Amino acid sequence: MRRRTAVPAVAVGVTLGMVLAACGGGSDEGGDNQSGKAEAKQNAAVGQIFKPSTKKGGTIRYANADDFDSVDPGDTYYGYAWDFARYYCRSLTMFDTKPGDEGNKIVPDLAESLGTPSDGGKTWTYKLRSGVKFEDGTPITSKDVKYAVERSLDKSVLKNGPTYFNDLLDLQGYPGAFKDPSPDKLGLKAIETPDDQTIVFHLKEAFGGFDYIAMLPATCPVPRDKDTGSKYKEHVVSSGPYMFDTYEAGKSFSLKRNPNWDPATDPHRAALPDRIEMQLHVNANDIDNRLMSGDLDVDVQSIGVQAATQAQILNDPNLAKNTDNPTLARTWFAAINPDVAPLDNIDCRKAVLYAADHDGYLRAFGGSVGGELPTSLLPPSIPGWQDIDLYNFKEHKTGDPEAAKQSLQACGQPNGFSTNLAYRSDRPTEKAAAEALQASLAKVGIKATLKGYPSGDYFALYAGKPSYAKSNNLGIMLHGWGADWPDGYGFLSQLVDSRTIRESGGNYNLTVKDPEIDKLLDEARTKTSIEAQQPFWAQIDKKVMEDATILPGVWAKVLLYRPTRLTNVYVNEGLGGYYDFVQLGVQE
Amino acid sequence: MFRYIIRRLLASVLLLVIISMITFAIFFLVPRLAGATSDDLAARYASRAADAAQVHALSERLGLDQPIWVQYGKFVKTLVAGADYDTGTGTDHCSAPCLGYSFVTQNPVGPELLDRLPVTASLAAGACVLWLLGGVATGVMSALRKGSVFDRAAMGTALAGVSLPIFFTGLVTLSVFSYSLGWTAPGGSYTPLTQNPAQWAYDLLLPWICLAFLYAAAYARLTRSGMLETMGEDFIRTARAKGLPERTVVVKHALRSTLTPITTIFGLDLGLLLGGAVLTESTFSLPGIGKYAVDAINAHDLPKILGVVLVATIFIILANLIVDVLYAVIDPRVRLS
Amino acid sequence: MTPNESTPTAVGTPTAFLDVRDLRVHFPTDDGLVRAVDGVSFTVDRGETLGIVGESGSGKSVTSLAIMGLNRGRGPVHTSGEVWLDGEELIGASAESVRRLRGKKMAMIFQDPLTAMHPHYTVGHQIIEAYRIHNPVSKAVARKHAIDMLGRVGIPRPERRVDDYPHQFSGGMRQRAMIAMALSCDPELLIADEPTTALDVTVQAQILDLMRNLQEEFNSALIIITHDLGVVAELADRIMVMYAGRCIEYGTAVDVFERPEHPYTWGLLGSVPRLDRATTARLIPIQGTPPSLIQLPSGCSFHPRCPYEPRTNGRSRTQMPELVAVSGTHQVRCHLPVAERRSIWEKEIRAKLAGGEAS
Repeated sequence: MRRRTAVPAVAVGVTLGMVLAACGGGSDEGGDNQSGKAEAKQNAAVGQIFKPSTKKGGTIRYANADDFDSVDPGDTYYGYAWDFARYYCRSLTMFDTKPGDEGNKIVPDLAESLGTPSDGGKTWTYKLRSGVKFEDGTPITSKDVKYAVERSLDKSVLKNGPTYFNDLLDLQGYPGAFKDPSPDKLGLKAIETPDDQTIVFHLKEAFGGFDYIAMLPATCPVPRDKDTGSKYKEHVVSSGPYMFDTYEAGKSFSLKRNPNWDPATDPHRAALPDRIEMQLHVNANDIDNRLMSGDLDVDVQSIGVQAATQAQILNDPNLAKNTDNPTLARTWFAAINPDVAPLDNIDCRKAVLYAADHDGYLRAFGGSVGGELPTSLLPPSIPGWQDIDLYNFKEHKTGDPEAAKQSLQACGQPNGFSTNLAYRSDRPTEKAAAEALQASLAKVGIKATLKGYPSGDYFALYAGKPSYAKSNNLGIMLHGWGADWPDGYGFLSQLVDSRTIRESGGNYNLTVKDPEIDKLLDEARTKTSIEAQQPFWAQIDKKVMEDATILPGVWAKVLLYRPTRLTNVYVNEGLGGYYDFVQLGVQE
Repeated sequence: MFRYIIRRLLASVLLLVIISMITFAIFFLVPRLAGATSDDLAARYASRAADAAQVHALSERLGLDQPIWVQYGKFVKTLVAGADYDTGTGTDHCSAPCLGYSFVTQNPVGPELLDRLPVTASLAAGACVLWLLGGVATGVMSALRKGSVFDRAAMGTALAGVSLPIFFTGLVTLSVFSYSLGWTAPGGSYTPLTQNPAQWAYDLLLPWICLAFLYAAAYARLTRSGMLETMGEDFIRTARAKGLPERTVVVKHALRSTLTPITTIFGLDLGLLLGGAVLTESTFSLPGIGKYAVDAINAHDLPKILGVVLVATIFIILANLIVDVLYAVIDPRVRLS
Repeated sequence: MTPNESTPTAVGTPTAFLDVRDLRVHFPTDDGLVRAVDGVSFTVDRGETLGIVGESGSGKSVTSLAIMGLNRGRGPVHTSGEVWLDGEELIGASAESVRRLRGKKMAMIFQDPLTAMHPHYTVGHQIIEAYRIHNPVSKAVARKHAIDMLGRVGIPRPERRVDDYPHQFSGGMRQRAMIAMALSCDPELLIADEPTTALDVTVQAQILDLMRNLQEEFNSALIIITHDLGVVAELADRIMVMYAGRCIEYGTAVDVFERPEHPYTWGLLGSVPRLDRATTARLIPIQGTPPSLIQLPSGCSFHPRCPYEPRTNGRSRTQMPELVAVSGTHQVRCHLPVAERRSIWEKEIRAKLAGGEAS
């Protein structure tokens, strides 16, 4: 899933800060004891539940600085939307609703247990729980899950969602549910439904991490007779504890309790509030203000506190105690392009890695609040991560000019060389990082000329288009990547697999072209259990660092503000650093 | 007069056509110059995981693979005759005048614009009443008390009003009056007039004041200088010579003359504002046309952009026309040609 | 011999309808004190016409504005002296009481009727407005009156023209309309400030005729202010010549035209184009320019421009001459001895003006 990155806020900064300081922050603590003593402090909701509660009632108020790509579970690719979808839809599996490492584990949701692999991992079978119904009382069958996956295959009508099912299933030319010629629209042979409770997936090749795929909202059941295609999002039929009440496209929507949700079939969801309200397109600075004043409960995108208010909040102990700073499954980094001379020589690339000011890069992204100093590509929250520090970043936090110069000698450029450094010009953090990098490289004679590009077309037309990058000498390209889910495959598959690189642009793998890495990926895929796959991720990470085609910049963290009204709140590591929305409660 | 209006309206249609063509051109030609293909353009709206075939299929669905004039022709045909949109499970019919379907959300653009129009109109209406009353009254008083403490204070405040950007005043006033004091509604509040007039006014109070402050400042300065100039005119002396009380002289003679150019400026300002008070709507999270336009531009959503451009252009054209006609009505010396 | 006694300012209750006594109007400005009017006295009776003549900057307009009270509240101004209108003193009166008299008891018409009338209101509206402010009648009655007035000033089809705008009238008709507006309330004093300056010569005569007829009809006191002696030649009973804020010659029309005694007046007469002179004859201009009212010349204000200044043995340069009566009706402010003045007039000036070649 994709976490939206922080949209640079308008620099209201100092004055706004002064005004806010003059007015004080949000309301102080008072009457917060739900169960046990709940003393607010920083990171109170990271690793454990803050203000655990079973008390039902109230309305929880969400705001979104933008709009969902879609609330249709078959048409969405934002991490926060996947988190939010757990209110109204149940997929076959889910990340456990627990804090800490427990949240990284997959548990069955609509299914009664995790998938059963067969045929060497090419076939996966799930049995659905009984007694689960749609919001209108109709029982949910395996055919509803099959139909849901089939419709999500059509990337023209439902264009936003991920393509894992398109890539993994043995489609044999199936055109998607909307163009399905069979009268019941269930013509996909790669998914079988031998009975109403059983569903079987046939993959093209073995894939050990299929339980992650089964977690995707695309497996949330959709009743075929209620599907309206691109208009389905106007009323998504619920299989979860809440159902849609009002929906005003682009403006707001709300959910109320689903009378046909049976908690006995759903051991994982707390479903505490009676009502959920979502406002769309709310000014990002306004969201921060409202969180602090108590007029808003959750910033659904969880971008984090805007830069303008961060310093002010952290310096005020009364506000700082209401913050959480979880780690994300995201790395900011610089891709080093082996297609651009002299970076086609591995020693020249290593020179860049040695010379870089890692501390400066991190500071550009907000320092210790913005993240951790990385030593490899894979972020530590990915299970299977190992500490890899091939270039001694930890010892040389501001760079190692000596080692860099040695590498330059080795690659035949003793006095350095010139190249272009691409970054997204509308992102101030990226610009600051580019400048820090430029300065540190200059110390060893590597002259990097900054080239800013608009983020909208960065991957489609510029850095992500191999021919453009090559002809414009983009030797270093700033990048950032978050896993769709905290798993090595979810993080690495689109980032380091050389076979995903296409000439037409739109690539996310900008620089990693190593057949050995491709082989490791393939091997990992065939393992039939998630645990068996995990050792591969560290191996791939090590190889990427050995190839010196990636300079890690930041292992990202996010600074969240936790309104005092929230109860039962914690960060779900599996969802990737968001609060576990479906567990939240509100106190009046 | 009638013939004049008809001629202007016909010219307006031509103008709308030209502007829509220019919008099309900008949208398509600029990326082409950077070497983008229609599939590259379609990739903007596709999932980031989509492969080349899927992106191309989307490009076909959105019609981006057609030559520009074919796409433009489709736009015109849709506008004039309506269109059908394939939702996957059926077709959605959009009747004329149809502004097409969003590339990003696949929602029909026309109803969305229609829905947002009242918000922008409400914002503009309330603000313009406030700024006219406040700005003009202040300007008149300043002119009559030229050099006094009131005059200096008023013009100083006006300078602030004209200089302070609305996202600043908006966020600060929200923070103080809505969140700290709780006197005004929080951002994003909007209740339709037809639903609850009192709530409608309460929700819009702070945006009205902030927006009005901006314009009132400008109008105060305008009115002041206009009044100062008018008060020196000969007919003011005649009015006094007739024995008219000073209030009558100021209001019926001086103000009437000063307001004429201000009325025309007002009409133009209002026309522009109806095309979308972009900054105000963004700051206060109001679902109006301005915000709609900004979001559409950021998302490269051509149908939405075209919709907003057309609506905004219509308002500006109408505003210009009304202002020209009004001028002729107010000032009998002006003849429309 | 030069009688040095100044003509005493009249004291006691005034007997004339309009009695102006030692009127001074000074404007303090950043550049200094502007003495626009510096001690002016005259009287006008009902049925009588006074012509006030002078160049721009002589103070003639300011005098009339001071009578009307139109200088009040227009920025800093110091007005002193007395203005008695029908037994009521205006300078010391409240602004509100003076306002009530404006338009009703005293009215004024201005130089350029196009700018002096509001461009956005019809002529009828403006006349009605002037009438209704002093007479509480209905709009219909006022409208009838307006049409009536327009007819009386000689505008054809007044019932049609009452709804026209000022810019739709020709220059002469427009001035007639303004006169109609001024007279709508039957004022007993009418002040006309350069009423014909903006009009063609042929139209001028018509307007002057009109004014004379109306004066007879209404029996009003009439003040005509102009820089052009030719305009007042026909109409004025008495003439006051002003220079640099002061009266320098005051007398009947006959006094001023037949036996003027001030060099400035001689200059004015010489600069009037006359039909009975040979067209090749040049006008005799007065050399120099009017003085700054902030920094008036020492002594006689006119001395820098006066060709006869040397004959005063330097007194013109140091001492301000007093306004002295030379006959029962005639007053002159000049250092030249009376006999000398008369001799200059008879021998030198008169002949020149009568059609001889200019020198």
